[in-house]
Order: sequence, then C-alpha cells, then structure tokens
Amino acid sequence: MSPSQQRYDFELISSWIPEGARVLDLGCGDGTLLAGLAATQRVVGYGVEIDPAGVLASVANGVDVIQLDLETGLSTFGDGEFDFVILSQTLQAMKNTEKVLHEMLRVGRQGIVTFPNFGYWKHRLDIAMGHMPVSKTLPYQWYDTPNIHLCTVKDFEDLCVKVGAEILDERVITGGHQVNFMPNLLGDLAVFRFKRK
Amino acid sequence: MAVSEQRSVGAVTPQKAGFLEPLILKAGKTLAAYELVYETYGTLNADRSNAILVCHALSGGHHVAGYYADDPKKTGWWDNMIGPGKAIDTDRFFVIGVNNLGGCHGSTGPTSIDRATGQPYGAGFPLVTVEDWVASQARLMDRLGIQKLAGVIGGSLGGMQAMQWTIQFPERIGHAFVIAAAPKLSTQNIAFNDVARQAIVQDPDFHGGNFYAHGKVPARGLKLARMLGHITYLSEDLLGEKFGRETKGEGYAFNYDVEFEIESYLRYQGDKFAQVFDANTYLIMTKALDYFDPAKESGGDLAKALAPAKAGFFVASFSSDWRFPAARSREIVRALVAGKKRVTYAEIDAPHGHDAFLLDNVHYHKIVAAYADNVASELGLGLRAGPLVIGGTELEEMKGYGGKEGGGE
Repeated sequence: MSPSQQRYDFELISSWIPEGARVLDLGCGDGTLLAGLAATQRVVGYGVEIDPAGVLASVANGVDVIQLDLETGLSTFGDGEFDFVILSQTLQAMKNTEKVLHEMLRVGRQGIVTFPNFGYWKHRLDIAMGHMPVSKTLPYQWYDTPNIHLCTVKDFEDLCVKVGAEILDERVITGGHQVNFMPNLLGDLAVFRFKRK
Repeated sequence: MAVSEQRSVGAVTPQKAGFLEPLILKAGKTLAAYELVYETYGTLNADRSNAILVCHALSGGHHVAGYYADDPKKTGWWDNMIGPGKAIDTDRFFVIGVNNLGGCHGSTGPTSIDRATGQPYGAGFPLVTVEDWVASQARLMDRLGIQKLAGVIGGSLGGMQAMQWTIQFPERIGHAFVIAAAPKLSTQNIAFNDVARQAIVQDPDFHGGNFYAHGKVPARGLKLARMLGHITYLSEDLLGEKFGRETKGEGYAFNYDVEFEIESYLRYQGDKFAQVFDANTYLIMTKALDYFDPAKESGGDLAKALAPAKAGFFVASFSSDWRFPAARSREIVRALVAGKKRVTYAEIDAPHGHDAFLLDNVHYHKIVAAYADNVASELGLGLRAGPLVIGGTELEEMKGYGGKEGGGE
C-alpha cells in the first residue's frame, strides 16, 4: 500500500473519532495515524506493531507503541479498555482473521477495519484476463504478497454477522472519493465501523 | 579496550555523599548513617530538569560510564549506552550512577565499618530492599538539588528500581526505562538465587558472614554462585555457538580437570568475580531480588500497585532472555495498560540472553535513543548533535574471557 493510498482511510477514520477518545491502533506501522490523531484530536492510546522498524519509527513519531504479535491475540488489553480499536489495511495479511475481530469487539467499544476490496472491478478484470490482481491497494505479485485473506465488501459484511458485529458505518472509497454507486464493484478500499451486537 | 575521548564521557571521578539522617529499612532495622558513592556525567542544566539516574543490577556499581584516569581500561559497565552522542546522550542529559546500599563498591555495605562496633558490618549488615534503595537514591537526588528526574533507567534488578521509583516517588520521575526486568521473581529465579546463596554460606571460609575478621574470603562459594548465575544470564544458543563441545586438548582426558571450554570459561568468570566482589553483598543483592514484589500489598494486582505512577514507561525485553523472559515484561505492560499509563514496549530480537541489555545491539540502542530523544524534546533539551554512537564492542565480555565486570542480573 502506498502512503497516499493509506491517507484516504486515515482521513475517514479521523472524522469518526471524537476529541480525547482512547484508541488502539492494531498494526500501526510507523504510527502516522495515531500521531495525527493525538495532534489534532488529543486522542490517547497505543499503537501495536510487530515489525521492529515500525516500532522504532512509531517511537520516533512520539507514539506509545507496544510490540506484539496480533496473531496471538490481545491478552495485553482488558475488556472495553478502548473507545476505538482500529485495524487499517492489516486484516488481509492476518492468519487468525476471525480471532482478531472477536478480540477487537472485546477490547473496544467500536471497531474500525479497512481493507483492499477484492471485488473492485479492476481486480475482477485482472482475474478475468487470467491473472491475480495487482493494483494500488494490492501492490504485490501473487508470489510475494503478505496478503493471505483477501475479501470483498460483501464477504466482510457476512463475517461481521458471523462474529456478532453490528455495522455502524460502511464506506468504500477510490482515489479518496467515496463510492456510493455499486461500491463493491467500483471502490478499491473498504472502511467499516462496527460494534458488538 | 582503548577508549576514544570522542566516544566516552572521558575520565571520571567517583564522589561520596554522607547521610546522617537515619534510614528506616523495610526489614524494620535502621541505618543510622550511611554513605553513597556515585558518579555523574554531563552537565546539570539551569532548571535541574535533565537528570537521568542509572540503577545497577546485581553486581554493577556507580561506575556506569567513562574510565578512570589512573586505570583507563576500567570502563563503566554501561559505557556503550551512556556518553556523548550515545543512546543516553550526555551532551543533553546529566547522568548519575550510584552504588546501592549493601554494595561493595564504596557505598555503605557489609565491608564498611560499623561505627557501633568498629568492625566491618559483615553478616550484621541489614537486609535492604529495592524500596530502601529507591529511598536512599531519592535522598541523593535531594543532595544534588534534583527535585524531579527526567528518567530512571536500569536493566534487570536495575529495571525493578526504575519501576519502584514510579510507585514510591511518582512526582519525582518523568520516565522509567524498565529493561530486561520482571514485576517479581519467578519460583525458578528464587531457586537459582538460593543455590547461589547456599554455595556461599556453606563455604568454610564464610564464617557466618564475618570472614573479614578471619582474614578469609569465601572465594569458592562466590565463584560457584557466579558460575551458576552466569549460565542463566546467557542463552543456550550463545553458549553452544561460542564454546560448543570444544575441549582444551585432543580427545577426552577421562578425569575431572578442566576439559571442556565452557568449564574453563565459567571458572575463569567465577574466579575473576570472586576476587573483586563481596560475598555478603551477593547475598544481600539476591535477597533484594527475591523480595521485590510491588504488587504483594495490592493482593497481587500489579496495575493497582502501579496506580500512583505518573511517569511514562519504556519497557524492553530480549527474545533469548530466559532468566527474565519477554512474558515477564509483558506482565508489566499489561498492568500499565490497565492503569491507562503511557507505555512503549519493545521486544528486542537478540541472541545473547539476559545479558543482552548490557551489549551492543543496533536496534536496541536505536530504540532507547529514540525514546530518550522524546524525553529530551519534552524538556526542551534540544536535538541530538550527530548520529547515534553505539560504543563498545559487541560481546567484549566473551573475547579471550576478558572484559567488563558488573554484568549480569
């Protein structure tokens, strides 16, 4: 994912988060999102990152970061400790997809997940042409991709039902613009906000 | 190891501070008067806000950085971490190293003369705890005119002191660097400590702790204690890689002499340690470790124990540390998160085991530096003047069995 691509979901996420909220950012990378939220909305909380370079960059960005492997769960965090738990463009690379959603619902009042929409028309076209999709949101070749659990907007809606998440907001964006018409076809980045049913 | 002026705080001189105000110890006894030996590096700024206290582990002392003019090879035990341009940058921070009470490097301890008897305290030196050390360190800060420390940093038992500072003096510490530590010792940790203590007290030269009067040193016991401890400070992989099953001679000798390289190494380390360290201090330090359990008074609830803390926390563990494994640091992190404290946690990939906290590791030093730089910027101490300096040589300790003292828990 390119930095410019990432900013689009960050903007949307930021618009949802009220002043002073407690936020947990799972897979926080270099901490850009939290650093921004702390500066503009005085949010408090932690980033979680497994990659040492990301942890170091987060510290350098002044973000309180906790080095943990999300796959092993969120036992470091207690029930309902956060107003928001964010998982931005990380879900598709996780092994334990269902588990992390359950954990998000446990530790946060609301969850926010963003992921590349596999149902985007360009992705569908790539497959129709006989190739695995490569795009701005899915920049990897099939043989070197970290993404193992790709899904479409509709797939994620189904999973929300399965894990007991009530969808509060659901947006699909392309190039920073919200797609309202046939979003599962025309949008390349999905952003969901949900809470425990 | 040659020390370049550029990479070191340079020649340093220990100082002493005497205290006449009695210190009531957790064990119920009182130290009527005592001295603390300490060193400082860098310059205390005008508003006295840039001080960082370094707490030592089991066998360390006040000589944390730099070297002695008359003994240039005697570099401080954390010289790679502390100095101009280093992770804890003495161009901006005023750093204090202190020898703890009960120690044997110059602060009042078992080898000191008890004014009441005119003899060394020996076995009569009271057991001191982490809480007592922190109380005495706070008095040293009073003496130095430092109301609030920018930070307290320590590894292992030193990290426990940093944590204790946040509980005992929440208003006086900005940040705690809790490295390779644990919220309390495990059963296994205590077991290792007791074997070490038994080796010392059962040495015939120990004389119930009053060996000074007999002109003896329980060197055999102390050596065994150190050999045992040393095994636990290093990872199995590292020992295997360094020494394998190498033997001194060709083939097996079929006797009990030193034969495998690891035997030679451990005996060397043990002998070296027994020459310079005090057996009573070893007992006191290991007991202080055993007793440390800040959550005990809160029914085992560490978050509750840490509730008074106002500091920001930097917690770090090392992947191959089996003495204080990462899971123990995660317990601390979990408690801090539950208490809504500010915390950063790094789990550093290092092959060396517990002693990794003393060694050069680029990522480790970078992340300590990044955190310390945030502390500096919070206090308006300015930016790092140049690139990060990671001093010392990796695994100096292992080279020709030479190297620094003061390692280990």
